[in-house]
Amino acid sequence: MGNKQTTFTDEQLEAFQDCTFFTRKEILRLHSRYRELAPHLVPLDYTNNPDIRVPLALIVTMPELKENPFRDRIVETFSEDGQGNLSFNDFVDMFSALCETSPRELKTIYAFKIYDFNRDNFICKDDLQQTLTLLTKGELTEDEVLLVCDKALEEADLDGDSKLSFSDFQNMISKAPDFLSNFHIRI
Amino acid sequence: MPRKNDAAKMDEVGIEIDGEVSDSDDGVAQRRNNRRQAAGRGGAKGRGRGKKPASDEEEEDDEEEDEAPRGRRGANKKKPAKKRGDDDSEDEAPKRKRGGAANKKKGGKAQDSDEEDSDAPKGQKGRGGKGGKKGGKEEEETKGKKGDAKGKDKGKDKDDDKDKKKKKKKDDSSSDSSSNSDEEEESMSEGEMARLMEEVEEKKKLIANIRNKPWRMKRRLTHLKEAQAFVDKFEGALGKGKGRKWYAYKVMMTKKWIKFQRDFENFRTACIPWERKIKEVESHFGSSVASYFIFLRWMYGMNLVLFGFTFGLVVIPEVLMGLPYGSIPRKTVPREEQDTAQDYSVLMDFNGYCKYSVLFYGFYNNERTIGLLKFRLPLSYLMVGIGTFGYSLMLVIRTMAKNADVGGGDGEEGEFTFAWKMFTSWDYLIGNAETADNKYASITTSFKESIVDEQENQKDENIHLRRFLRVLANFLITCSLGGSGYLIYFVVKRSQEFATRDDLSWYEKNELEIIMSLLGLVCPPLFETIAELEDYHPRIGLKWQLGRIFALFLGNLYTFLFALFDEVNTKLEEEQAIKNASIYAMKEYYANYSRLVNDSEATPPPMNPADVIRGPCWETAVGIEFVKLTVSDIQVSYLTILIGDFARAVIVRFLNYCWCWDLEAGFPSYGEFDISGNVLGLVFNQGMIWMGAFYAPGLVGINVLRLLSSMYYQCWAVMATNVPHERVFKASKSNNFYMGLLLLVLFLSLLPVVYTIMTLPPSFDCGPFSGKSKMFDVVMETIDLDLPAFMGTLFSYAANPGLIIPAVLLMVLAIYYLNSVSEAYKNSNMELKKKMQMVICPKQAKNVQNDSNDFQAELKIV
Repeated sequence: MGNKQTTFTDEQLEAFQDCTFFTRKEILRLHSRYRELAPHLVPLDYTNNPDIRVPLALIVTMPELKENPFRDRIVETFSEDGQGNLSFNDFVDMFSALCETSPRELKTIYAFKIYDFNRDNFICKDDLQQTLTLLTKGELTEDEVLLVCDKALEEADLDGDSKLSFSDFQNMISKAPDFLSNFHIRI
Repeated sequence: MPRKNDAAKMDEVGIEIDGEVSDSDDGVAQRRNNRRQAAGRGGAKGRGRGKKPASDEEEEDDEEEDEAPRGRRGANKKKPAKKRGDDDSEDEAPKRKRGGAANKKKGGKAQDSDEEDSDAPKGQKGRGGKGGKKGGKEEEETKGKKGDAKGKDKGKDKDDDKDKKKKKKKDDSSSDSSSNSDEEEESMSEGEMARLMEEVEEKKKLIANIRNKPWRMKRRLTHLKEAQAFVDKFEGALGKGKGRKWYAYKVMMTKKWIKFQRDFENFRTACIPWERKIKEVESHFGSSVASYFIFLRWMYGMNLVLFGFTFGLVVIPEVLMGLPYGSIPRKTVPREEQDTAQDYSVLMDFNGYCKYSVLFYGFYNNERTIGLLKFRLPLSYLMVGIGTFGYSLMLVIRTMAKNADVGGGDGEEGEFTFAWKMFTSWDYLIGNAETADNKYASITTSFKESIVDEQENQKDENIHLRRFLRVLANFLITCSLGGSGYLIYFVVKRSQEFATRDDLSWYEKNELEIIMSLLGLVCPPLFETIAELEDYHPRIGLKWQLGRIFALFLGNLYTFLFALFDEVNTKLEEEQAIKNASIYAMKEYYANYSRLVNDSEATPPPMNPADVIRGPCWETAVGIEFVKLTVSDIQVSYLTILIGDFARAVIVRFLNYCWCWDLEAGFPSYGEFDISGNVLGLVFNQGMIWMGAFYAPGLVGINVLRLLSSMYYQCWAVMATNVPHERVFKASKSNNFYMGLLLLVLFLSLLPVVYTIMTLPPSFDCGPFSGKSKMFDVVMETIDLDLPAFMGTLFSYAANPGLIIPAVLLMVLAIYYLNSVSEAYKNSNMELKKKMQMVICPKQAKNVQNDSNDFQAELKIV
């Protein structure tokens, strides 16, 4: 393009467009946002795919994530090392999965991962409790939390193993009216 | 990876393990498959297909696919390692082990159920869902067929590429113990060709769908690169002989087309305005408020297109090529009005110069063609009028279909109350601390409410009182609806009386608009107050409220319309009288003229166009009514924002320093953004535009301006003066709710316009259709004069009732058929769903015995 310094080659941009739901402009914007987070760390020139990771603590300061009670989980889910350090690829990946055009199936998969706090591929009671505590800022009493978790399990758990497997989760989410409108972040 | 892990993995990672286990005989099966496919060309189709599932299982993973032509064996050996590497890296080994151990403990019976249910998420995670895989399978089947067919065609002649392929094949087959004759090899390469084709197609599919795979970006990128390289490499090899060039050309064009599409998409998204603004609102107020602005933007886009049509095809041609102002009576202000025609108050009523301008129907001339271009203005006018509806209808329905596709959310209320609350209630768009706090609070309250509901589900204290109150409330609301309808009818009637008088005050002139706006302003809060009596759940209450406001607006609009029709009918009578009189006068004039001058060639009377007697031109009158209504609606809504929101906010903000109670937290506080009211206002405004646009082409322009200013104004107002909702209840489950309203209003506004076009005679001395007995005669005229004669007869046949009635019948039957088909699909869908749940069910049967708690869940399934 007309810029003095190219951030990406055309090939890279094409590849990113193939792999995400973003347009060229949005990818460039994502890069600038990414760079804003850690200007000293992230180079402007990304043509040679530098292996740079921005730590979780910096990522969650983004206004898009700042207020989200699940911000840490989101970032951890999308980071390749599971610790919350995001490379630019992960960063793009995250917003691509959360953007408006990504399909319900993909979102469901990532939502399941996000809510699966202990990463055992099941949403168990602990996960539910943690979710609830984050959602209500711990304003429910112990009994109430337990009741809600039991109820939620009772509703969604089809196979009766008192934890939610992915298929349980998918079944439940696929009928939810607000999931798609709420589970998205505009960049 | 340590080997001991495998056992654990076995339990947990069903599908992938399956793949690995079958690796041992993978190669053999593969080769057998190949040979078969190749050997029996004719039978290959059937047998190949039968064999497919097996081959599918081995090559479900894409990287294996990739390796395929380069020697199966190597790939197979490599695979386990690779797979482990590709496996979700965050699933750490210990966890897996733990899960596995736990599963084992449960013993044999439980184990297989666990396996079954755990392989679901794994499978999903591994490669984009079972659905996708199934799709792939099908795809492959069809591809296989295609490939076979193609191979038959082109396989005869040998090529370099083919040789290369054969060599590769030989590597493969030499390792196999079975011997291959020359002839077999030949046919094998054909089969290989088909396979290659399949693979290339599959790669292409992968490239197209890679963004839907839940993989890490890095993996996606590498896969993409590999797939692209593969396609590039082998695509050229596929075409043979004659077909080759064509194939290459096709491939090139496809590539170009994809590129173009992408560029166009990039361009299109760059054109979408207010992305930032909406994002800002979104992060402050959450997605529900933003949905209004998105709707507003969508409306703006639609109106921009309508504006383009109307101005490009009607207004601008008339301005450029039509007769100028003052040339003929319909384009001139009548003598008696000329004195006041430039007064501000007159212009504000859209009389005077406004009335005789391109903004209104009456200004247009009925000349068949205008200007050098022979532009057929009357025809274009009618077409644009109908096209407006056609385009809007198409756009609304298409958007609805698109939304329905994305949507979902077909679950019954109450099935997953708690689970939904837990997993879908947080709005990820929120980026503002205050909103987030509100959201936390609202989520907490909603949980508490649900808990209370759950705990005392059957507490119905004094149901009779509640029923009585509800009936009372509905009675009151029906009364006020009827009252408002009557009021409007009364006012319109009175305005007809006023129209004959000259000494009108400002109020008397604008009474109708003021009353309608006031009703729109006062009634909704009134309904809300009455609805307090009913004591519904807020979500249900909101639905009632929306329905009532909708009924109010609709009732008002239609009363207005009926009153207007009354007026039009009286005008028509009046016009008939004038027409007769003027025709009589003309006759007299001509008779006198020819008698005196004794010249058969009559010249028109030398009269100033301003002095000509003219009819009332009911179309313009209707157009003016609609424009006035729209303008007053704009004024009222803007004033409401200014006073109701801005002034309130200013007072609350600054008087708070010197007031006895806390204004911000106490009584007036800041306003909340009224989503439903605003949306309904927008929808009804659009309805008025649709109705009025035919009689006042300028109305579309006014509306575009309104929406544009509204966007900025309301964005500013909402950011500056409103506070986030404490509790948001969305009336709709899906975003198609607004669109459904819009569609309804579109139909309702379509009716009167089409009625007038089809039945009422146009005015004799104004508008593009003057002199015709019906407006659509202009179409007939065009058919008769401009199209060849046989077309005319064709149309006359087509318009024959004998043809139309069967056509209508046919359509009805088609609708019935499609309806029943969709019903059947729905049924089979339900059946499948049931079956899917039945698969999960057996485990339940076991568990239920021990655990009575699960009884409810069981019921759900049955």
